[in-house]
Amino acid sequence: MNKEHFQENCYVSGHTACAGCGQSMAVRIVINAAGENTIASNATGCLEVFSSKAPESAFGVPWIHSLFENSAAVASGVETALVHQGKKENINIIAQAGDGGTADIGLQALSGMLERGHDILFVCYDNEAYMNTGIQRSGSTPFNASTTTSPAGKQSTGNPRPKKPMVEICAAHHIPYSATSSVANPKDIEIKVKKALKIKGPKYLQIHVPCPLGWRIDSSQTIEVAKLAVNTGLYPLVEYEYGRLTKTRKISSPKPVSEYLKTQGRFRHLLKDQEALAAVQKVADKNIDYYGLK
Amino acid sequence: MKKFLEGSFAMAQAAKLCRPGVIAAYPITPQTHIVENLAQFIADGKLDAKSVNVESEHSAASCVLGSQAAGVRSFTCSSSQGLILMSEVLFCIAGMRLPVMLVCANRALSAPINIWNDQQDSIAVRDAGWMQFYAENNQEAVDLIIASHKIAENSKVMLPAMVCVDGFILTHGMEVVDIPDQKDVDNFLPSYNPPYKLDPENPMSFGLLGTPDVYQETRYAIQKTLEDVLGMVPKVGKEYKDKFGRDSLRLVEEYKTSDAETVLVAMGSVCGTIKDIVDTEREKGKKIGLLKIVSYRPFPKEAIIKALKPAKNIGVVDKDISLGSDGALYSEINSLLPSDKKVSGFVAGLGGRDIKPTTVKEIIELTEKEQNSCKFVDLNKDILWEKFKTI
Repeated sequence: MNKEHFQENCYVSGHTACAGCGQSMAVRIVINAAGENTIASNATGCLEVFSSKAPESAFGVPWIHSLFENSAAVASGVETALVHQGKKENINIIAQAGDGGTADIGLQALSGMLERGHDILFVCYDNEAYMNTGIQRSGSTPFNASTTTSPAGKQSTGNPRPKKPMVEICAAHHIPYSATSSVANPKDIEIKVKKALKIKGPKYLQIHVPCPLGWRIDSSQTIEVAKLAVNTGLYPLVEYEYGRLTKTRKISSPKPVSEYLKTQGRFRHLLKDQEALAAVQKVADKNIDYYGLK
Repeated sequence: MKKFLEGSFAMAQAAKLCRPGVIAAYPITPQTHIVENLAQFIADGKLDAKSVNVESEHSAASCVLGSQAAGVRSFTCSSSQGLILMSEVLFCIAGMRLPVMLVCANRALSAPINIWNDQQDSIAVRDAGWMQFYAENNQEAVDLIIASHKIAENSKVMLPAMVCVDGFILTHGMEVVDIPDQKDVDNFLPSYNPPYKLDPENPMSFGLLGTPDVYQETRYAIQKTLEDVLGMVPKVGKEYKDKFGRDSLRLVEEYKTSDAETVLVAMGSVCGTIKDIVDTEREKGKKIGLLKIVSYRPFPKEAIIKALKPAKNIGVVDKDISLGSDGALYSEINSLLPSDKKVSGFVAGLGGRDIKPTTVKEIIELTEKEQNSCKFVDLNKDILWEKFKTI
């Protein structure tokens, strides 16, 4: 890659992401919204693997990866170094991770980063399982999804637990901004990234990014499936400021969750099981009520 | 200027003299006084640095990884469980060629939990690609902190350095220490000017995926660099001595070994006790010597072989044990020497058990009398399992 290659984009093609990878699309939107005066730290995961095979890199901004759980801590160090050098005012810092690197193994480092008040935007690309290692359940895997470590079977309807409420966990740190977005709505991502980067302090943005391989969808369906997650109420797009819910994206006539579930292999077992299906509908109904989505 | 100081305060002063821009550490006994003193220097405006009160040692190491990559000299400090929690990051710091400075207040590892000194913690991370220098006393700790920065940050090295100091014995011990002047340290140690850093003006990617096509070469490069460091240690050590008058940075110290029939080999503060015994035994006419290992990584094979050549009996003292094998230093020393050489390994001082002059004398006697690869000395047989009491 040379400099010309990066002239229009700070994250370019040529990487090895799967066709239809929601995460890769979201990364491009996030990094380009942040612009070239940005330093990105990265957790181990799909993104790091497909974007940074030595000696190549898809990133046109300075980028650093070391481990799975420490993206927030490495970013804290980078930010502190820039503050020490008097350079922080002009440079954005983005810490990136998948949902495992955020909600599970990376949660402690993330909480530390939020609590200490670093001027960093943490972006979680939420594809709802450990996709890089082969679709194992994470704390962010949705209720009743079948993964390789929470498989559906005669005695199981898949993952027995609801998603860990990361946007609320972050908001509970009373940080200036904690929000969700979806790759189904690129403009929403761009607006939220730009809004977040204008605010000094720790920010959290969680973006829903379908994984064709892990969700067992066709690679052409990434955006359609992501839209359905939002429009059924299963993936509410919300914003918290200083711990208070300030904005939600309304869905005037929510679709039944079966519309979303039937598109994906990971939920296929639910379609024949009315009880399990109703339990997922309850999750959506609860979201619609809790966030006032209607 | 010579002052009567607590070890931790002296080491904090040394770290301060190196002008780190970022300090990140997590409290663990017996490391705490070092970072507390640094925090106070910052609070009092005596040190222009940012201190990050992280939520774990893993994040402490990750934080200095990030800050050093952003082009700022960075310092951390840990001990025991903390160092082990860092260990995942330690390998990355070396692999990413970031010359972070770490002081390890050596302490035993759980279980059982034990806050007292041995060297199992730093020995357990010896393979991480860090330089490791072991201090005998607080003056050496101060000197090694300052001097090893210069090697670590050399653009041909760019590897992290760990200065290992025996917990409590050094960290909480009061000694007279000569703290160098800032002006002289500035003169010795130029400001950190790395050949690469995170900078939007010149974007680079750090910590890429290394496939089988490239990984082995990264390890080869670290190995070759550490071999080069063996040549640099005496040179930078001499430069330090010329400026500050002390020969602290060196590969090994040969204490009365040239004509010694029996030589003990050891690292860290126990060397002071051994030197005393060497002196008193020599007064009685016994030819005893000590080979002190200062640079454990890189391991100065040639210097050790040369120093041990005249000795008939060699006894290696380990404050660590590779359970199921032998003490780490013994294994490595023994592997260097011809098979007909009489080399014994002793495990002593674990979990803070004092290595007393009587212990050292017992080690000398056993070294002269018999050959053992892994002899625990000073065991309290009363508390051993019944079936081990006869051993």
